[in-house]
Amino acid sequence: MEFDHILIRYGEMFIKGKNRRKFESKLQSNLIKKLKEFPSVRVSKKRERMYVLLNGTDPHPVMKKCQQVFGIHTLSFAIKVNKSEEEIKQAALYAINDAPEARTFKVSSKRADKDFPIGSQDLNHIIGGYVLSNTEGITVDVHNPDVELKVELRNGAAYITAKDYPGAGGLPVGTSGKSLLLLSGGIDSPVAGFLTMKRGVELEAIHFHSPPYTSERAKQKVLDLAGELSKYGTKVKVHIIPFTNIQQKIHREMPEGYSMTIMRRMMMRISEQLADREGILSLNTGESLGQVASQTMESMNTINEVTNLPILRPLAAMDKLEIIEVSRKIGTYNISVLPYEDCCTIFVPKAPKTKPTREKANFYESKVDFSQDIAEAINQSVVVEMDRNQTEKDEFDELL
Amino acid sequence: MIYLDNSATTKPLPEVLESFMKSAESFYANPSSVHQLGSDAERLLTKSRTLVADLMELEASEVLFTSGGTEANNLAIKGIALKHQNRGKHLITTTIEHPSVLEAFHSLESLGFEVTYVNVDEAGHVDPDEIDKAIRKDTILVSVMSVNNEIGTVQPIEEIGRLTNKYPKLFFHVDHVQGLGKVPIHIKDWSIDLVSISGHKIHGLKGTGALFVRKNVSLFPLLHGGRQEQEKRAGTENLPGIVALAKAIRLIKQKEKDHLQELKALQGDLKQQLRQIDGLVINSPENGAPHIVNISLPGFKPEVLIHKLAENEIYISTKSACSSKQSDVSAVLEACKLEAERSTSSLRISLSYQNTKAEIDQFVQALKSAVVHVTHQ
Repeated sequence: MEFDHILIRYGEMFIKGKNRRKFESKLQSNLIKKLKEFPSVRVSKKRERMYVLLNGTDPHPVMKKCQQVFGIHTLSFAIKVNKSEEEIKQAALYAINDAPEARTFKVSSKRADKDFPIGSQDLNHIIGGYVLSNTEGITVDVHNPDVELKVELRNGAAYITAKDYPGAGGLPVGTSGKSLLLLSGGIDSPVAGFLTMKRGVELEAIHFHSPPYTSERAKQKVLDLAGELSKYGTKVKVHIIPFTNIQQKIHREMPEGYSMTIMRRMMMRISEQLADREGILSLNTGESLGQVASQTMESMNTINEVTNLPILRPLAAMDKLEIIEVSRKIGTYNISVLPYEDCCTIFVPKAPKTKPTREKANFYESKVDFSQDIAEAINQSVVVEMDRNQTEKDEFDELL
Repeated sequence: MIYLDNSATTKPLPEVLESFMKSAESFYANPSSVHQLGSDAERLLTKSRTLVADLMELEASEVLFTSGGTEANNLAIKGIALKHQNRGKHLITTTIEHPSVLEAFHSLESLGFEVTYVNVDEAGHVDPDEIDKAIRKDTILVSVMSVNNEIGTVQPIEEIGRLTNKYPKLFFHVDHVQGLGKVPIHIKDWSIDLVSISGHKIHGLKGTGALFVRKNVSLFPLLHGGRQEQEKRAGTENLPGIVALAKAIRLIKQKEKDHLQELKALQGDLKQQLRQIDGLVINSPENGAPHIVNISLPGFKPEVLIHKLAENEIYISTKSACSSKQSDVSAVLEACKLEAERSTSSLRISLSYQNTKAEIDQFVQALKSAVVHVTHQ
């Protein structure tokens, strides 16, 4: 006996009315892409649900991948058997054994076709009794069970499901357009990217690289972060912007107290131009109110002046500890805490202005022309595509 | 040549050796160096760690590379004991553990720890109830091997994990050196805190191994120095060894998936043929690990038979190589309370996925004639 499919229940997509079909198709194609490494797996769409047909593939790794796909509320392994009492018993036992941490359970039977000789109530008793006598340390709890064994009799077969696994929630990536994520190597920006993707947004990323002040490792770290994010959606293109000249010029020519503010404004200008070029309609940052000097109300106001694009700031009102918790959960924390210098940690002014003003920033910037440097930085940017869903072939593969 | 001493060590696979050589040649930089070469070495290290973690169903941060099984066992046992001694100084293990476990416990006894050595039955099984009985308020560690290295007994690790999981301040360590690639282990699901493995038992290289340390388990390091291995094991990483280990684990897992049934069949066939030899008793339990067959030939000195077989280029061993420099008596068989005749005349045949039916046939023939030869001398 073995699970032969995974049952997928939608989340918020339910309330999309006439647009639902579009959301469903996107979810289906996202799942198909996600499960590409399992050649015999198929994804089929039926009315209110979706099914992943395993066709002999080991169910658990498939489940893990499905749990990373946005737009899914819950998932369960399921077995299809013949409508015979014996087979249903065996399947129920197999399903409960798959949840070894469960201490309590109940059976809920549903008969869509009423020709099965045993009534639902009786079937619950029979299956429950069989499970009880063939397991150890599990009891029945009809009110609040750890596991609800569902037996559904329909279309000439019986379907048995057990534990509900949580899905990633949100909306299928690709149903809400694209955003350009300002990705540093820190803890916050990947979390911002993740939360934005959860709302169905596809990501591209932009990263400011300042060799030799920042190293290849710092860049690699950002690429790895983008790679982790790609697990939750589609591939993430990272635009690496050479930022050394601009940083040096700011350091040389701008007053120290305003250098950080002006650096951020330069980043915004570059991001906006790049977004324009790529047809992206919004920016996305890991800013969180009050965290550092650049994230005070005054700073954000001054930095925001230079772009007219909407800036998505999913972390604006989150605590650092909440952000860390998410970053651990999505697997970016351990990468983020690697200690390499990035462009925000070099040339740090001793006392950055926490209350800069637009007027002063404009005044200082008017003394020096940066437009040429910005154009150059964009022209010399390099794109790296990160996609952890593809089995990436890299130089180490033959060694391992 | 017929090599049937795979529980002592295995022959390194050519693929593993190649990975070792290539990484030693090209990635010799110190992974902790900040320059590009160091960065490349570190990426390879990270990739190896992630691969091992994936294969063991763990997170990368839970994989700690060591110099082998002995170090992994010592680090687990002493590391837990020294770190958590303020919670209690009582430890539990069994009487048939590997010397690297038993001796680690003995050393802790000399530091004032108290150790309960739980007995096993005739087939080497430890009863989880006996462990439960031994647990006290001040117990901080239970250490049980998954597969016994001399007779191949498979211990009820899942049950013990369920049991120890009920005690929040108790850690559970499993010496999985003999089990890797032969019997299943589900570290997370079975609530295991620490697991030791070794490279050279799975066609990798000597001097390589790992300790898997679950999240939130803290250890007192045996080696202090740099910040490598999450500050639990200082020292420049043996990158070529680690790469070789990762590759060996990947390959043995593949073998386990594809060829375990064949190995079981081979062992069944070996046992079948051995049973036909007069006076021979099989000490390994019926449902033991698929690669170990321990036998006794009462009245025969095992060493003599081993030398006789070696004349035909057939290699087996007495008990475990790690204790074979001591007297003939097997401590494991003694702990199983087998009579002296049996525990002093034991031989261990240990298989790998590389052995064939023809080799088994040839070995049994050779053993038969060795017995005849020795009898008539």
